[in-house]
Amino acid sequence: MKLILKIWRQENAKSAGKMVSYPIDGIEGDMSFLEMLDVLNEELVAKGEDPVEFDHDCREGICGSCSLQINGEPHGPDKLITTCQLHMRSFNDGDTIVIEPFRANAFPVVKDLIVDRTSFDRIQQAGGYVSVNTSGNTIDANSIPVNKHDADDSFAAATCIGCGACVAACKNASAMLFTSAKVSQYALLPQGQVEATDRVMNMVRQMDLEGFGNCTNTGACEIECPKGISLENIARMNREYLSASTKG
Amino acid sequence: MGGFLKSSIAKKVAMALSGLFLVLFLLQHFTINLTSVISEDLFNELSHFMGTNFLVQAILQPVLIFGVIFHFVMGFVLEAKNRGARNIKYVKYNGSANSSWMSRNMIYSGLVVLAFLALHFYDFWVPEIVHKYVESHPEDASRYYGELVAKFQDPIRVAAYCLSFVFLSLHLLHGFSSSFQSMGWNNKYAKGVRGITVAYAIIIPLGFIFIALFHYINNL
Repeated sequence: MKLILKIWRQENAKSAGKMVSYPIDGIEGDMSFLEMLDVLNEELVAKGEDPVEFDHDCREGICGSCSLQINGEPHGPDKLITTCQLHMRSFNDGDTIVIEPFRANAFPVVKDLIVDRTSFDRIQQAGGYVSVNTSGNTIDANSIPVNKHDADDSFAAATCIGCGACVAACKNASAMLFTSAKVSQYALLPQGQVEATDRVMNMVRQMDLEGFGNCTNTGACEIECPKGISLENIARMNREYLSASTKG
Repeated sequence: MGGFLKSSIAKKVAMALSGLFLVLFLLQHFTINLTSVISEDLFNELSHFMGTNFLVQAILQPVLIFGVIFHFVMGFVLEAKNRGARNIKYVKYNGSANSSWMSRNMIYSGLVVLAFLALHFYDFWVPEIVHKYVESHPEDASRYYGELVAKFQDPIRVAAYCLSFVFLSLHLLHGFSSSFQSMGWNNKYAKGVRGITVAYAIIIPLGFIFIALFHYINNL
Protein backbone atom coordinates (compact mmCIF):
# COMPACT_ATOMS: atom_id res chain seq x y z
CA MET A 1 0.00 0.00 0.00
CA LYS A 2 1.31 3.44 -0.99
CA LEU A 3 0.20 6.39 1.08
CA ILE A 4 0.82 10.09 1.50
CA LEU A 5 0.99 11.07 5.17
CA LYS A 6 0.39 14.71 6.06
CA ILE A 7 1.67 15.03 9.60
CA TRP A 8 1.79 17.95 12.05
CA ARG A 9 5.42 18.61 12.95
CA GLN A 10 6.24 20.91 15.85
CA GLU A 11 9.65 21.12 17.46
CA ASN A 12 8.44 21.99 20.96
CA ALA A 13 5.61 23.63 22.91
CA LYS A 14 6.76 27.14 22.04
CA SER A 15 7.62 26.76 18.38
CA ALA A 16 5.16 27.11 15.52
CA GLY A 17 4.20 23.87 13.82
CA LYS A 18 3.33 22.98 10.24
CA MET A 19 2.00 20.11 8.20
CA VAL A 20 4.68 18.04 6.44
CA SER A 21 3.99 15.46 3.70
CA TYR A 22 5.69 12.07 3.80
CA PRO A 23 5.17 9.53 1.01
CA ILE A 24 5.35 5.98 2.35
CA ASP A 25 5.35 2.60 0.60
CA GLY A 26 5.12 -1.06 1.54
CA ILE A 27 2.39 -0.66 4.15
CA GLU A 28 0.42 -3.85 4.84
CA GLY A 29 -3.27 -3.86 5.71
CA ASP A 30 -2.55 -5.95 8.82
CA MET A 31 -0.27 -3.32 10.29
CA SER A 32 -1.72 -1.21 13.05
CA PHE A 33 -1.71 2.55 12.50
CA LEU A 34 1.06 2.97 15.06
CA GLU A 35 3.13 0.23 13.39
CA MET A 36 2.77 2.18 10.15
CA LEU A 37 4.15 5.26 11.97
CA ASP A 38 6.96 3.05 13.34
CA VAL A 39 7.87 2.16 9.73
CA LEU A 40 7.87 5.84 8.81
CA ASN A 41 10.06 6.69 11.80
CA GLU A 42 12.58 3.96 10.93
CA GLU A 43 12.86 5.50 7.46
CA LEU A 44 13.25 9.01 8.91
CA VAL A 45 15.92 7.89 11.38
CA ALA A 46 17.79 6.06 8.57
CA LYS A 47 17.82 9.33 6.64
CA GLY A 48 19.09 11.19 9.68
CA GLU A 49 15.83 13.07 10.25
CA ASP A 50 13.89 13.52 13.48
CA PRO A 51 11.29 10.78 13.99
CA VAL A 52 7.64 11.80 14.40
CA GLU A 53 6.88 11.86 18.12
CA PHE A 54 3.58 10.30 19.21
CA ASP A 55 2.16 8.95 22.46
CA HIS A 56 1.63 5.20 22.92
CA ASP A 57 1.98 2.60 25.62
CA CYS A 58 -0.08 -0.60 25.89
CA ARG A 59 -1.04 -0.79 22.20
CA GLU A 60 -4.11 -2.82 23.13
CA GLY A 61 -6.68 -0.11 23.69
CA ILE A 62 -6.72 0.15 27.47
CA CYS A 63 -4.11 2.67 28.59
CA GLY A 64 -5.48 5.80 26.90
CA SER A 65 -2.03 6.96 25.85
CA CYS A 66 -2.39 7.04 22.09
CA SER A 67 -4.25 9.95 20.65
CA LEU A 68 -4.01 11.32 17.08
CA GLN A 69 -6.63 13.09 15.04
CA ILE A 70 -6.72 11.04 11.83
CA ASN A 71 -8.49 12.45 8.78
CA GLY A 72 -10.46 14.77 11.01
CA GLU A 73 -11.56 12.20 13.61
CA PRO A 74 -9.98 11.21 16.92
CA HIS A 75 -8.59 7.66 16.71
CA GLY A 76 -9.44 7.61 13.00
CA PRO A 77 -12.48 6.57 11.01
CA ASP A 78 -13.38 3.34 12.86
CA LYS A 79 -15.57 3.45 15.96
CA LEU A 80 -15.06 2.10 19.50
CA ILE A 81 -11.32 1.72 19.08
CA THR A 82 -8.19 3.64 19.98
CA THR A 83 -5.54 4.60 17.44
CA CYS A 84 -3.42 1.57 18.39
CA GLN A 85 -6.36 -0.70 17.45
CA LEU A 86 -6.83 0.99 14.08
CA HIS A 87 -5.47 -1.10 11.22
CA MET A 88 -4.25 0.01 7.84
CA ARG A 89 -6.88 -2.14 6.13
CA SER A 90 -9.24 0.73 6.94
CA PHE A 91 -7.42 2.78 4.28
CA ASN A 92 -6.92 2.34 0.55
CA ASP A 93 -3.83 2.33 -1.62
CA GLY A 94 -3.04 5.88 -2.71
CA ASP A 95 -4.89 7.53 0.20
CA THR A 96 -3.70 10.76 1.74
CA ILE A 97 -3.96 10.57 5.52
CA VAL A 98 -3.97 13.76 7.60
CA ILE A 99 -2.54 13.19 11.08
CA GLU A 100 -2.80 15.93 13.70
CA PRO A 101 -2.50 16.16 17.48
CA PHE A 102 -5.68 16.40 19.58
CA ARG A 103 -6.47 20.12 19.51
CA ALA A 104 -7.60 22.09 22.55
CA ASN A 105 -6.08 24.96 24.49
CA ALA A 106 -6.25 22.68 27.52
CA PHE A 107 -4.19 20.07 25.60
CA PRO A 108 -1.10 22.07 24.55
CA VAL A 109 1.22 20.37 22.05
CA VAL A 110 4.44 19.14 23.62
CA LYS A 111 6.10 17.97 20.40
CA ASP A 112 4.73 16.84 17.03
CA LEU A 113 1.68 14.69 17.83
CA ILE A 114 2.14 14.55 21.61
CA VAL A 115 -0.15 16.74 23.69
CA ASP A 116 -0.11 17.46 27.41
CA ARG A 117 -3.27 15.93 28.86
CA THR A 118 -2.45 16.59 32.52
CA SER A 119 -5.50 18.88 32.64
CA PHE A 120 -7.46 15.60 32.88
CA ASP A 121 -5.30 14.55 35.83
CA ARG A 122 -6.08 17.82 37.61
CA ILE A 123 -9.82 17.34 37.06
CA GLN A 124 -9.52 13.83 38.48
CA GLN A 125 -7.50 15.09 41.44
CA ALA A 126 -10.18 17.71 42.18
CA GLY A 127 -12.62 15.00 43.28
CA GLY A 128 -12.52 11.84 41.19
CA TYR A 129 -11.96 9.52 44.13
CA VAL A 130 -13.50 8.20 47.32
CA SER A 131 -11.73 8.74 50.62
CA VAL A 132 -11.38 5.31 52.17
CA ASN A 133 -9.35 4.39 55.21
CA THR A 134 -7.19 1.53 54.00
CA SER A 135 -4.91 1.37 57.03
CA GLY A 136 -5.68 -2.08 58.32
CA ASN A 137 -9.47 -2.03 58.52
CA THR A 138 -10.45 -2.17 54.86
CA ILE A 139 -14.08 -3.06 54.37
CA ASP A 140 -14.99 -5.43 51.56
CA ALA A 141 -16.72 -3.35 48.88
CA ASN A 142 -19.22 -6.16 48.31
CA SER A 143 -20.52 -5.81 51.87
CA ILE A 144 -22.64 -2.86 50.69
CA PRO A 145 -25.44 -4.01 48.36
CA VAL A 146 -25.50 -2.15 45.03
CA ASN A 147 -28.37 -2.22 42.57
CA LYS A 148 -27.26 -4.23 39.50
CA HIS A 149 -28.36 -1.52 37.07
CA ASP A 150 -26.39 1.14 38.98
CA ALA A 151 -23.37 -1.14 39.24
CA ASP A 152 -23.43 -1.73 35.48
CA ASP A 153 -23.78 1.99 34.70
CA SER A 154 -21.01 2.83 37.14
CA PHE A 155 -18.74 0.23 35.58
CA ALA A 156 -19.55 1.51 32.08
CA ALA A 157 -18.59 5.03 33.18
CA ALA A 158 -15.42 3.69 34.80
CA THR A 159 -14.25 2.21 31.50
CA CYS A 160 -13.27 5.74 30.42
CA ILE A 161 -9.53 5.59 29.74
CA GLY A 162 -9.08 9.36 29.73
CA CYS A 163 -7.62 9.44 26.23
CA GLY A 164 -9.16 12.83 25.39
CA ALA A 165 -10.96 11.78 22.20
CA CYS A 166 -14.12 13.45 23.56
CA VAL A 167 -12.32 16.79 23.77
CA ALA A 168 -10.68 16.28 20.38
CA ALA A 169 -13.98 15.44 18.67
CA CYS A 170 -16.02 18.21 20.27
CA LYS A 171 -16.29 21.36 18.20
CA ASN A 172 -16.08 23.25 21.50
CA ALA A 173 -13.18 21.23 22.93
CA SER A 174 -15.42 20.38 25.87
CA ALA A 175 -14.34 17.87 28.52
CA MET A 176 -17.85 17.19 29.76
CA LEU A 177 -17.91 13.52 28.73
CA PHE A 178 -14.65 12.74 30.53
CA THR A 179 -15.59 14.69 33.65
CA SER A 180 -19.10 13.27 33.72
CA ALA A 181 -17.82 9.71 33.42
CA LYS A 182 -15.54 10.27 36.40
CA VAL A 183 -18.36 11.91 38.38
CA SER A 184 -20.83 9.18 37.42
CA GLN A 185 -18.72 6.20 38.35
CA TYR A 186 -18.83 7.37 41.97
CA ALA A 187 -22.23 9.08 41.98
CA LEU A 188 -23.89 5.76 41.16
CA LEU A 189 -22.33 3.89 44.07
CA PRO A 190 -23.13 4.21 47.81
CA GLN A 191 -19.39 4.62 48.51
CA GLY A 192 -19.41 7.78 46.43
CA GLN A 193 -22.33 9.50 48.14
CA VAL A 194 -20.44 10.96 51.10
CA GLU A 195 -18.33 13.27 48.94
CA ALA A 196 -20.85 13.69 46.12
CA THR A 197 -21.52 17.41 46.61
CA ASP A 198 -17.88 18.48 46.83
CA ARG A 199 -16.87 16.08 44.07
CA VAL A 200 -19.08 17.45 41.32
CA MET A 201 -18.61 21.09 42.33
CA ASN A 202 -14.82 20.80 42.48
CA MET A 203 -14.43 18.72 39.32
CA VAL A 204 -16.64 21.05 37.26
CA ARG A 205 -14.81 24.07 38.68
CA GLN A 206 -11.47 22.54 37.70
CA MET A 207 -12.81 21.60 34.27
CA ASP A 208 -13.83 25.23 33.70
CA LEU A 209 -10.49 26.53 35.03
CA GLU A 210 -8.58 24.36 32.56
CA GLY A 211 -10.20 26.26 29.68
CA PHE A 212 -12.28 23.55 28.09
CA GLY A 213 -15.34 24.69 26.12
CA ASN A 214 -19.00 24.21 26.98
CA CYS A 215 -21.01 21.17 25.98
CA THR A 216 -23.56 21.91 23.25
CA ASN A 217 -24.86 18.35 23.09
CA THR A 218 -23.66 17.61 19.57
CA GLY A 219 -23.00 14.02 20.68
CA ALA A 220 -19.67 13.88 18.81
CA CYS A 221 -17.87 12.80 21.99
CA GLU A 222 -20.10 9.75 22.49
CA ILE A 223 -19.66 8.67 18.86
CA GLU A 224 -15.87 9.03 18.90
CA CYS A 225 -15.26 7.66 22.40
CA PRO A 226 -13.29 4.41 22.07
CA LYS A 227 -15.13 3.06 25.11
CA GLY A 228 -18.61 4.20 24.11
CA ILE A 229 -19.11 6.38 27.19
CA SER A 230 -22.75 7.51 27.06
CA LEU A 231 -24.10 11.07 26.97
CA GLU A 232 -26.34 9.98 29.85
CA ASN A 233 -23.32 10.59 32.06
CA ILE A 234 -23.32 14.28 31.10
CA ALA A 235 -27.01 14.54 31.98
CA ARG A 236 -26.26 12.82 35.29
CA MET A 237 -23.41 15.24 36.02
CA ASN A 238 -25.69 18.18 35.21
CA ARG A 239 -28.25 16.81 37.69
CA GLU A 240 -25.57 16.23 40.30
CA TYR A 241 -24.23 19.75 39.78
CA LEU A 242 -27.63 21.41 40.04
CA SER A 243 -28.43 19.40 43.13
CA ALA A 244 -25.03 20.18 44.69
CA SER A 245 -25.44 23.91 43.87
CA THR A 246 -28.54 24.11 46.03
CA LYS A 247 -26.60 22.62 48.94
CA GLY A 248 -23.91 25.28 48.65
CA MET B 1 -27.08 34.39 40.48
CA GLY B 2 -24.09 36.07 38.81
CA GLY B 3 -21.76 33.66 40.60
CA PHE B 4 -23.93 30.68 39.73
CA LEU B 5 -23.93 31.63 36.04
CA LYS B 6 -20.13 31.58 35.98
CA SER B 7 -20.03 27.80 35.70
CA SER B 8 -20.29 26.09 32.34
CA ILE B 9 -23.17 23.85 33.44
CA ALA B 10 -25.21 26.73 34.89
CA LYS B 11 -24.83 28.66 31.64
CA LYS B 12 -26.12 25.67 29.73
CA VAL B 13 -29.08 25.24 32.06
CA ALA B 14 -29.93 28.93 31.74
CA MET B 15 -29.70 28.58 27.95
CA ALA B 16 -31.99 25.55 28.07
CA LEU B 17 -34.58 27.19 30.31
CA SER B 18 -34.75 30.35 28.21
CA GLY B 19 -35.02 28.19 25.09
CA LEU B 20 -37.89 26.17 26.55
CA PHE B 21 -39.65 29.38 27.52
CA LEU B 22 -39.37 30.58 23.92
CA VAL B 23 -40.64 27.20 22.67
CA LEU B 24 -43.75 27.68 24.83
CA PHE B 25 -44.20 31.21 23.55
CA LEU B 26 -43.85 30.03 19.95
CA LEU B 27 -46.64 27.49 20.48
CA GLN B 28 -48.93 30.20 21.86
CA HIS B 29 -48.02 32.54 18.97
CA PHE B 30 -48.66 29.78 16.44
CA THR B 31 -52.03 28.90 17.94
CA ILE B 32 -53.23 32.49 17.63
CA ASN B 33 -51.82 32.89 14.11
CA LEU B 34 -53.49 29.65 13.03
CA THR B 35 -56.89 31.12 13.86
CA SER B 36 -56.28 33.68 11.09
CA VAL B 37 -56.81 30.97 8.47
CA ILE B 38 -59.92 29.69 10.24
CA SER B 39 -61.83 32.76 11.38
CA GLU B 40 -61.10 36.45 10.88
CA ASP B 41 -63.26 37.35 13.87
CA LEU B 42 -61.60 34.85 16.20
CA PHE B 43 -58.15 36.08 15.17
CA ASN B 44 -59.19 39.69 15.76
CA GLU B 45 -60.69 38.80 19.12
CA LEU B 46 -57.58 36.96 20.34
CA SER B 47 -55.22 39.63 18.99
CA HIS B 48 -57.28 42.35 20.63
CA PHE B 49 -57.07 40.48 23.92
CA MET B 50 -53.30 40.02 23.64
CA GLY B 51 -52.83 43.63 22.55
CA THR B 52 -54.87 45.22 25.31
CA ASN B 53 -54.76 42.87 28.29
CA PHE B 54 -52.78 44.47 31.12
CA LEU B 55 -51.18 41.23 32.29
CA VAL B 56 -49.98 40.39 28.75
CA GLN B 57 -48.76 43.88 27.93
CA ALA B 58 -47.22 44.93 31.24
CA ILE B 59 -45.85 41.65 32.54
CA LEU B 60 -45.68 38.86 29.94
CA GLN B 61 -44.38 41.08 27.13
CA PRO B 62 -41.38 42.42 29.11
CA VAL B 63 -40.65 38.88 30.34
CA LEU B 64 -40.74 37.65 26.75
CA ILE B 65 -38.43 40.41 25.54
CA PHE B 66 -36.05 39.63 28.39
CA GLY B 67 -36.19 35.91 27.49
CA VAL B 68 -35.39 36.59 23.84
CA ILE B 69 -32.49 38.94 24.65
CA PHE B 70 -31.14 36.61 27.34
CA HIS B 71 -31.22 33.60 24.99
CA PHE B 72 -29.35 35.44 22.25
CA VAL B 73 -26.80 37.10 24.53
CA MET B 74 -26.09 33.82 26.33
CA GLY B 75 -25.82 32.10 22.95
CA PHE B 76 -23.15 34.58 21.84
CA VAL B 77 -21.32 34.30 25.18
CA LEU B 78 -21.21 30.50 24.93
CA GLU B 79 -20.19 30.58 21.28
CA ALA B 80 -17.32 32.97 22.03
CA LYS B 81 -16.10 30.82 24.91
CA ASN B 82 -16.37 27.64 22.87
CA ARG B 83 -14.49 29.08 19.91
CA GLY B 84 -11.82 30.32 22.31
CA ALA B 85 -11.27 26.83 23.70
CA ARG B 86 -9.41 25.75 20.55
CA ASN B 87 -7.17 28.54 19.28
CA ILE B 88 -5.33 26.35 16.78
CA LYS B 89 -7.92 24.78 14.50
CA TYR B 90 -7.66 21.39 12.85
CA VAL B 91 -6.40 21.27 9.27
CA LYS B 92 -9.02 18.61 8.69
CA TYR B 93 -12.14 18.33 10.87
CA ASN B 94 -14.74 15.75 9.89
CA GLY B 95 -17.66 16.94 11.99
CA SER B 96 -20.28 15.21 9.85
CA ALA B 97 -18.81 11.84 10.90
CA ASN B 98 -20.07 12.23 14.43
CA SER B 99 -22.67 14.97 14.72
CA SER B 100 -25.56 16.61 12.89
CA TRP B 101 -25.24 19.83 10.90
CA MET B 102 -27.91 21.39 13.10
CA SER B 103 -26.01 20.68 16.30
CA ARG B 104 -22.78 22.16 14.96
CA ASN B 105 -24.33 25.30 13.50
CA MET B 106 -26.76 26.56 16.13
CA ILE B 107 -25.09 29.98 16.04
CA TYR B 108 -25.84 30.37 12.32
CA SER B 109 -29.43 29.15 12.48
CA GLY B 110 -29.82 31.38 15.53
CA LEU B 111 -28.43 34.39 13.65
CA VAL B 112 -30.96 33.86 10.85
CA VAL B 113 -33.74 33.73 13.45
CA LEU B 114 -32.34 36.91 15.04
CA ALA B 115 -32.37 38.67 11.64
CA PHE B 116 -35.94 37.46 11.17
CA LEU B 117 -36.91 38.82 14.59
CA ALA B 118 -35.54 42.22 13.57
CA LEU B 119 -37.76 42.12 10.47
CA HIS B 120 -40.69 40.86 12.54
CA PHE B 121 -40.31 43.65 15.10
CA TYR B 122 -40.07 46.18 12.26
CA ASP B 123 -43.17 44.72 10.62
CA PHE B 124 -45.44 44.16 13.57
CA TRP B 125 -44.17 45.06 17.00
CA VAL B 126 -42.85 48.59 16.34
CA PRO B 127 -45.96 49.72 14.37
CA GLU B 128 -48.11 48.21 17.12
CA ILE B 129 -46.31 50.09 19.89
CA VAL B 130 -46.40 53.33 17.83
CA HIS B 131 -50.11 52.81 17.09
CA LYS B 132 -51.04 52.22 20.71
CA TYR B 133 -48.63 54.14 22.87
CA VAL B 134 -47.05 56.88 20.69
CA GLU B 135 -49.85 58.00 18.42
CA SER B 136 -52.48 56.75 20.91
CA HIS B 137 -55.04 55.78 18.31
CA PRO B 138 -58.39 54.60 19.68
CA GLU B 139 -58.49 50.81 19.82
CA ASP B 140 -60.14 49.18 16.83
CA ALA B 141 -60.66 45.50 17.64
CA SER B 142 -61.18 44.60 13.98
CA ARG B 143 -57.88 45.97 12.61
CA TYR B 144 -55.59 43.01 13.35
CA TYR B 145 -56.60 40.62 10.56
CA GLY B 146 -56.19 43.29 7.89
CA GLU B 147 -52.76 44.27 9.23
CA LEU B 148 -51.64 40.63 9.17
CA VAL B 149 -52.85 39.97 5.63
CA ALA B 150 -51.30 43.22 4.37
CA LYS B 151 -47.85 42.07 5.50
CA PHE B 152 -48.09 38.89 3.44
CA GLN B 153 -48.66 40.55 0.06
CA ASP B 154 -45.00 41.17 -0.77
CA PRO B 155 -43.53 37.94 -2.24
CA ILE B 156 -40.00 38.86 -1.10
CA ARG B 157 -41.18 39.30 2.48
CA VAL B 158 -43.10 36.02 2.32
CA ALA B 159 -40.02 34.24 0.94
CA ALA B 160 -37.82 35.72 3.71
CA TYR B 161 -40.45 34.69 6.25
CA CYS B 162 -40.56 31.10 4.94
CA LEU B 163 -36.77 30.79 4.76
CA SER B 164 -36.44 32.05 8.32
CA PHE B 165 -38.82 29.39 9.54
CA VAL B 166 -36.76 26.70 7.80
CA PHE B 167 -33.79 27.89 9.87
CA LEU B 168 -35.95 28.05 12.99
CA SER B 169 -36.87 24.43 12.34
CA LEU B 170 -33.17 23.49 12.04
CA HIS B 171 -32.49 25.39 15.27
CA LEU B 172 -35.29 23.62 17.11
CA LEU B 173 -34.39 20.18 15.75
CA HIS B 174 -31.28 20.28 17.90
CA GLY B 175 -32.09 22.89 20.52
CA PHE B 176 -35.40 21.60 21.85
CA SER B 177 -34.25 18.07 22.70
CA SER B 178 -30.82 19.36 23.70
CA SER B 179 -32.38 21.53 26.40
CA PHE B 180 -33.59 18.44 28.25
CA GLN B 181 -30.09 16.94 28.18
CA SER B 182 -28.64 20.22 29.50
CA MET B 183 -31.04 20.16 32.42
CA GLY B 184 -29.98 16.62 33.24
CA TRP B 185 -33.04 14.91 31.83
CA ASN B 186 -31.81 11.86 29.94
CA ASN B 187 -33.56 8.68 30.99
CA LYS B 188 -35.81 5.93 29.63
CA TYR B 189 -38.37 8.54 28.50
CA ALA B 190 -35.77 10.57 26.59
CA LYS B 191 -36.41 8.82 23.27
CA GLY B 192 -40.12 9.57 23.46
CA VAL B 193 -39.47 13.17 24.41
CA ARG B 194 -37.01 13.45 21.53
CA GLY B 195 -39.74 12.27 19.15
CA ILE B 196 -42.07 14.98 20.46
CA THR B 197 -39.39 17.67 20.11
CA VAL B 198 -38.62 16.60 16.53
CA ALA B 199 -42.33 16.67 15.66
CA TYR B 200 -42.64 20.13 17.22
CA ALA B 201 -39.53 21.38 15.40
CA ILE B 202 -41.02 20.36 12.05
CA ILE B 203 -44.75 20.96 12.51
CA ILE B 204 -44.72 24.42 14.14
CA PRO B 205 -42.37 26.14 11.64
CA LEU B 206 -44.16 24.40 8.77
CA GLY B 207 -47.42 25.72 10.19
CA PHE B 208 -46.09 29.28 10.24
CA ILE B 209 -44.97 28.85 6.61
CA PHE B 210 -48.43 27.53 5.74
CA ILE B 211 -50.11 30.55 7.32
CA ALA B 212 -47.86 32.98 5.40
CA LEU B 213 -48.42 31.19 2.08
CA PHE B 214 -52.16 30.90 2.76
CA HIS B 215 -52.59 34.65 3.11
CA TYR B 216 -50.30 35.36 0.16
CA ILE B 217 -52.08 32.94 -2.20
CA ASN B 218 -55.52 33.86 -0.86
CA ASN B 219 -55.00 37.46 -1.97
CA LEU B 220 -53.33 36.96 -5.33
